[in-house]
Amino acid sequence: MAYFLLRRTIGFILTLLTVSIVVFAVMNVLPGDPALTILGLEASDDAINALRIKLGLNEPVITRYINWILSALTGDLGESHSFGVPVSGLILERISMTVALAVSGMLLTIIIALLLGISAAANHRKIGDWGIMFFSQLGIAIPAFWLSILLVILFAVKLRWLPPGGFPGWDSPLLAIKSLILPTIALALVQSAVLARVTRSSALEVMRLDYIRTAKASGFSRKRILWRHVLPNALVPIVTIVGMQFAAVVTGTIVIENVFYLPGLGRLIFQSIANRDLPTVQALVMMFAVIVVTANFIVDLLYSVIDPRLRERN
Amino acid sequence: MKLKKMHSSFWGVSLGVLGVFLTPNISVAKSNIVIGLQQEPTSLDPTSDATASIDGMLSHNVYESLTTVSEAGEVLPALANSWTISEDKLTYRFNLASGVKYHDGTDFDSADVVFSFERAMAEDSVNPTKKIFKVIESVTAIDSQTIEIKLKKQNAFFLFNMAKGDASIVAKETAEDNNTTPIGTGPFKFSSWKRGDRLILVKNENHREASDVSLEKVEFRFISDAAAASAAMLSEEIDAFPGFPAPEMLPQFQADPRFRVNIGSTEGEVILAMNNAKAPFNDIRVRRAVSHAIDRNEIIDGAMYGKAVPIGSFYPPHGSAYVDLTGVYPHDTEKAKKLFEEAGVAGTEMTLRLPPFPYAMRSGEIIQAQLAEAGINAKVEQVEWGFWISEVYKKKAYDMTIIAHTSPNDMGNFARGPKYFYGYDDPKFSDLWGRIKTEADPSKRNAMLQEGQKYLTDQAVHGFLFQLPLLGIFKNEVKGYWSSAPVLFHPLKGVSLN
Amino acid sequence: MNKIPANLIIGGVLVLIVLFTAILSFIWTPHDHTLMNISEKFHKPNDIYLLGTDQLGRDILSQLMAASRNSMAVALIAVLLGGSIGTLLGLLASMIGGWIEELVMRIADIGFAFPALLFAIMLAAVFGPSLTNAILAIAFINIPIFARIARAAANQVWSRDFVTASKAAGIGRIMITFSHILPNILAPIIVQATIEFAVAILAEAALSYLGLGAQPPSPSWGRMLSEAQTLLYLAPQLAIYPGICIVIAVLGFGLLGDGLRDVTDPRLSRIRQ
Repeated sequence: MAYFLLRRTIGFILTLLTVSIVVFAVMNVLPGDPALTILGLEASDDAINALRIKLGLNEPVITRYINWILSALTGDLGESHSFGVPVSGLILERISMTVALAVSGMLLTIIIALLLGISAAANHRKIGDWGIMFFSQLGIAIPAFWLSILLVILFAVKLRWLPPGGFPGWDSPLLAIKSLILPTIALALVQSAVLARVTRSSALEVMRLDYIRTAKASGFSRKRILWRHVLPNALVPIVTIVGMQFAAVVTGTIVIENVFYLPGLGRLIFQSIANRDLPTVQALVMMFAVIVVTANFIVDLLYSVIDPRLRERN
Repeated sequence: MKLKKMHSSFWGVSLGVLGVFLTPNISVAKSNIVIGLQQEPTSLDPTSDATASIDGMLSHNVYESLTTVSEAGEVLPALANSWTISEDKLTYRFNLASGVKYHDGTDFDSADVVFSFERAMAEDSVNPTKKIFKVIESVTAIDSQTIEIKLKKQNAFFLFNMAKGDASIVAKETAEDNNTTPIGTGPFKFSSWKRGDRLILVKNENHREASDVSLEKVEFRFISDAAAASAAMLSEEIDAFPGFPAPEMLPQFQADPRFRVNIGSTEGEVILAMNNAKAPFNDIRVRRAVSHAIDRNEIIDGAMYGKAVPIGSFYPPHGSAYVDLTGVYPHDTEKAKKLFEEAGVAGTEMTLRLPPFPYAMRSGEIIQAQLAEAGINAKVEQVEWGFWISEVYKKKAYDMTIIAHTSPNDMGNFARGPKYFYGYDDPKFSDLWGRIKTEADPSKRNAMLQEGQKYLTDQAVHGFLFQLPLLGIFKNEVKGYWSSAPVLFHPLKGVSLN
Repeated sequence: MNKIPANLIIGGVLVLIVLFTAILSFIWTPHDHTLMNISEKFHKPNDIYLLGTDQLGRDILSQLMAASRNSMAVALIAVLLGGSIGTLLGLLASMIGGWIEELVMRIADIGFAFPALLFAIMLAAVFGPSLTNAILAIAFINIPIFARIARAAANQVWSRDFVTASKAAGIGRIMITFSHILPNILAPIIVQATIEFAVAILAEAALSYLGLGAQPPSPSWGRMLSEAQTLLYLAPQLAIYPGICIVIAVLGFGLLGDGLRDVTDPRLSRIRQ
């Protein structure tokens, strides 16, 4: 067990390192001269040199890479070129927005997916199952940003119940919540379509197991079996799949923030791209990648720890 | 029992949700205003950067000048309480307001005025409107409260020009850092600037007119994206957007009882600028061909949804000297094609660099198609504002661009010579402008202004598109905002929230 | 029970419609999709403009058709590129085995850490947004997916009798890989490719919507949606048509892929990747 954990952990660290190398390579080596990219072709030589010194570009690549990693570990993510302030500050200002959106999105996703998946499994081979599966196929095919626009057309333009975007700040919590409703629903509907399928499959698998049949034979009500026995056992693979959805949650949050103009990290990334602010983009991409890799790692561990059969897989 | 539980919790949640929708929006404080702005500047010093929004936010709010201007365009006292003008109209004596302090506590007096003027007039000055100071022969401090300015020649615009943000009176101690931390004498103090997000001003309690100022805090939010601007208004994130970038959204706001829509005028001529110093635009045939290729009405219809007035030269239609020259180059694709062929540029590629404003990007898309019809392959390149200023404006690295010139009385741009980003150099026009500047008789001046318009159009220096309207959307509680923009600044002194 | 699954049929039909439209648009669209006729903007659907016109008076149907080219092209190139590289890696890993196999799979796994969007963002920041960057980003994330499938399938084939026989007969590993292994893993590869087409179309739409894909004036469903966002009050239909196209395309390839998988590998309780 310990050996297994060790192997996995080493693998995790290696993946993180590789990811950091890829990010660093793309953002620092590919452009040839990052200072030139940031300042533009016709910047004066003086300005370019000044920036090169400031960014430490005259040192060998390995040194720059190591410096970057070491500073990042201590919380120094460099300075945003266009904003003129430390990147970490920019991130701290906006992270609550992104986290709020991601968390509420995931919660709603799980609720909807569980409801639909379990119901589908319970109604296996009947209309309910088919209907839910169709919805799920549709949900996978519908782009989250399009769904957002459709929701805006209905709730913001026609009905005028909710704003089409923007975020008025946490000072007035009611207005703030109103601004988060559509983004959360958009995020959740699409993700839950994927998750519902998985929930249904694993619920079906569990339902076929012996002890469930025993419970049925013992006369427990269907509902009780479903919620008290099937669900908890089906939950294991579901939780792991939820973890695997992290990459999708990350992407989804970035997209939704831009659709609804929420002042979070997703919008920051795009502002930075427009400004050719390489340090900020680099820090943000690395951060998101680290989150995805870490989530995958934790899920991998959970999955294997809970189901010992899988440990022997490799 | 599980079912019942689910039912009651279901209702509970639904009522809660309904409650959220139906709750009226309670504003937090009635003296803080949030204003949306399309254009975020890269510096906060109007005396060294040409970006209009610096004046829009800070001139006459944070900084003050000797004079100011009312919404009707009338010159009023500001840092100068009163003034006398000599018989020959060459000597102006200003009496300065007393007891005025800068935001950092230092005193304001005539020495600051002398410093500001000398700084603007210096050889190496980077003042964007240096030319308004060219007519000045000397600036002398008679005593700490009196300034005497002698002019070389009579200048009808002098007092008006001194109200500009470029003529802000800055303090010697703090002038260098004004681009990041503006220090002025105005009714509002600079509080903070979060780049890419917002700029905050707070009331200056020590201002001589502080009792008239009802706003405690002013927050400018920078939003150039049309859809983001709409969303911000509708979610009540901001209270006012005086230069709203999306004319197609106006009907939605007009139908919404929370807001009022204001359509006013600006001094902004929107032009399709051609780099006159660079081939092929140094060839008048090419410039005329472009003028024929574009269809103003289509552009106004498609980019501004009809909410703009076409212009045929570089002068606003609501101005007293306006002459309608929109018919000089009627939309004629065939003629354009012929002229392009004559000049030997048919089928070539030209770049159109656009700043990130909807009026420019949308016009650009339409002009690209119109040029394509006339046989020119125009490549559209959208750039950020900072990039536009440094590349297009300062380095003249462009073929064509689209921009609005929002300063009043700025036909003089064409007399600024080849170093100005137009790349236009015509002594005939410079001479005419010299005469206009010194002509005191308004009717004679207007006649010359008309001559100037005709000349510029004849030379087809640029494609003259339309006058930029001031599309403002305000929450009903916002009162006192100017409905037109006769100058670049928007005094917030008179603005209040019900 | 040799019933052709419904998935396959519905998916197949949708895919054919989309492909046909894309190919057709090269030679014919009802109008020139770049032709602006501003006085005719926001037309409701009528005889001339089957789906109406957009904010610049351009025919919506023609634009949608022209945009389908983009989506198809990006999906095709990205998946073929990423898929080929991935499959190759998987085959090699399987062929060589041992720690090299582990290493190759590890390297391929980087793609899993990077959602296509993140990679596209990096490329856009460095090189500026473009269609090429979008293709590269999508191709990149396809590599590990195909590497995994190719390796798993290849490993299975390696243990089959006729392969063992070939090895015994002295035929080189490379030869075996390309003449025996590859043909036998084509089925799951093709199934995955079809599914990844669907994912690629979705990814391209999202990238274009965000401005990281096809640049103006080349039309794209995603960008049409982004431009429609300020027009929801004036002409909500502009925001609906491109979305429907995306759904049809993605649904089509998705169902087709599912159907192909049902036909080639009918296990009931699969967990979707």
